[in-house]
Amino acid sequence: MRYLLLICGDEEAHRAMEADGSFQAGCHAWADELRRRGALVTVVGLRAPSDATTVRVRRDQVLLTDGPFADTKEVIGGFAMVECADLDEALEVTAGHPAARYGRIEIRPLLEP
Amino acid sequence: MTAAVDAAVTRAFREEWGQIVATLIGLTGDWDLAEECAQDAFTQALRRWPRDGIPRRPGAWLTTTARNRATDRLRREAVGAARLREAAMLSVPDRSGADAAAGSGVADDRLRLMFTCCHPALAFESQVALTLRTLAGLTTAEIARAFLVSEDTMSKRLVRAKGKIRNAGIPFRVPPAHLLAERTASVLGVLYLLFNEGYAASAGADLVRQNLTAEAIRLARILAQLLPDEPEAGGLLALLLLHDARRAARIDAAGELVPLEDQDRSRWDAGQIGEGVALLEAALRRGRPGPYQVQAAIAACHSTAPAAAATDWEQIAALYGQLARLVPSAVVELNRAVAVGMRDGPAAGLALVERLERAGALAGYHLLPATRADLLRRLGRTDAAAVAYREALELAPTEPERRYLTRRLAETAGS
Repeated sequence: MRYLLLICGDEEAHRAMEADGSFQAGCHAWADELRRRGALVTVVGLRAPSDATTVRVRRDQVLLTDGPFADTKEVIGGFAMVECADLDEALEVTAGHPAARYGRIEIRPLLEP
Repeated sequence: MTAAVDAAVTRAFREEWGQIVATLIGLTGDWDLAEECAQDAFTQALRRWPRDGIPRRPGAWLTTTARNRATDRLRREAVGAARLREAAMLSVPDRSGADAAAGSGVADDRLRLMFTCCHPALAFESQVALTLRTLAGLTTAEIARAFLVSEDTMSKRLVRAKGKIRNAGIPFRVPPAHLLAERTASVLGVLYLLFNEGYAASAGADLVRQNLTAEAIRLARILAQLLPDEPEAGGLLALLLLHDARRAARIDAAGELVPLEDQDRSRWDAGQIGEGVALLEAALRRGRPGPYQVQAAIAACHSTAPAAAATDWEQIAALYGQLARLVPSAVVELNRAVAVGMRDGPAAGLALVERLERAGALAGYHLLPATRADLLRRLGRTDAAAVAYREALELAPTEPERRYLTRRLAETAGS
């Protein structure tokens, strides 16, 4: 099964991740290990929500908003897609990501036939 | 004949439902189909057993009937062919190291079902509801009544939980060795809650609620048999049996709660106490104590004391100390205060209670002032005791507890 891991955190979590000198290396090690197991579909980090643009189309009009669609303290900082045998494996993989120690990670199973 | 058939079907329902549902889930992976076909098999039994006689092995008859029904239904569905292939794949027993932990090499489907129902990715209340529905065979209406929510709410909870198991890929298996202890704790927690929900129900309460204790014991018995290497499973079963053995003496003729020290010990179930103690000793011999074994040891101290005055408070206080180290909590500390108060006198107990009050962790919990009141009464400080009893009365959640505290308050004020 494939799962999307939404990596979230508030400002405090982001500051803590930046302050952690081994955070980036930990993320790379996590991705390398998954790639070696053939369990990683993709992983990306995202730029800040201040760089986001939100799009809607209403009555054929394209409406733009400067910023993310949800005005919350928690923002999505990145995501990964993993291929796992079941939820137990996905839980184990997710708990191993360094961001889980600062923010939180939501596991969403993909809608697949 | 009809009465005999009814009795046989009722007994088979109690004893076989969980096994049949578990087997069919293992076979088809479809929880709703499994429940519907199990239900259908019992309907068939009511129709056919009066005519054909009660089969020699009702469980086998029901399982075969339910399985045939499932095969028919899968075949009739448009996607039948694909589903049957899927079913064939699903039914191959998982012989990985995980299932070897169950002892026989191939785990019982009921064990798989217990671990799946109690998966920590499901909300605790969903774990409880799923366990009662699929393993104990309670109807949605019965579960709703037992937990004081509407049938609609309970139905949605069950549908959502089953949907998540399917969609999120929660595996139908006994967890592998590195997850087993943690996941077993989750199953034990659900069974312990079921027991307590039934145990706390008053004599006048709904029968469904009272029956939760029997269901919890039955499931704990299955779990302990299937996990012989997990001493906490034996510990939980021992704990439940030891508590349940005192049931007849807990409520008096007028329906009032009788505290442990005032219970008529001749009304305790000696056979069940013997079984509980033997189970506990077998579990403790494994040398891996845990919270359920320690709690069972405390219950065993009470259950084997010939009289309240002969209670081994020294041992009980030490066991509460051990429990507090295993699972630190203010409630455990309060119980330890009671035991210390019995061992070293009420002043020593009161000192521990006052320390808890200063910490503020149990604010609003009626047993905190109730315990302080009992200790003050034993110290002869009746005015302070009466104040504490009144405080406890304000907070007590159930009618029998309020009546008990009212009696104590009257005794204190009268002395």
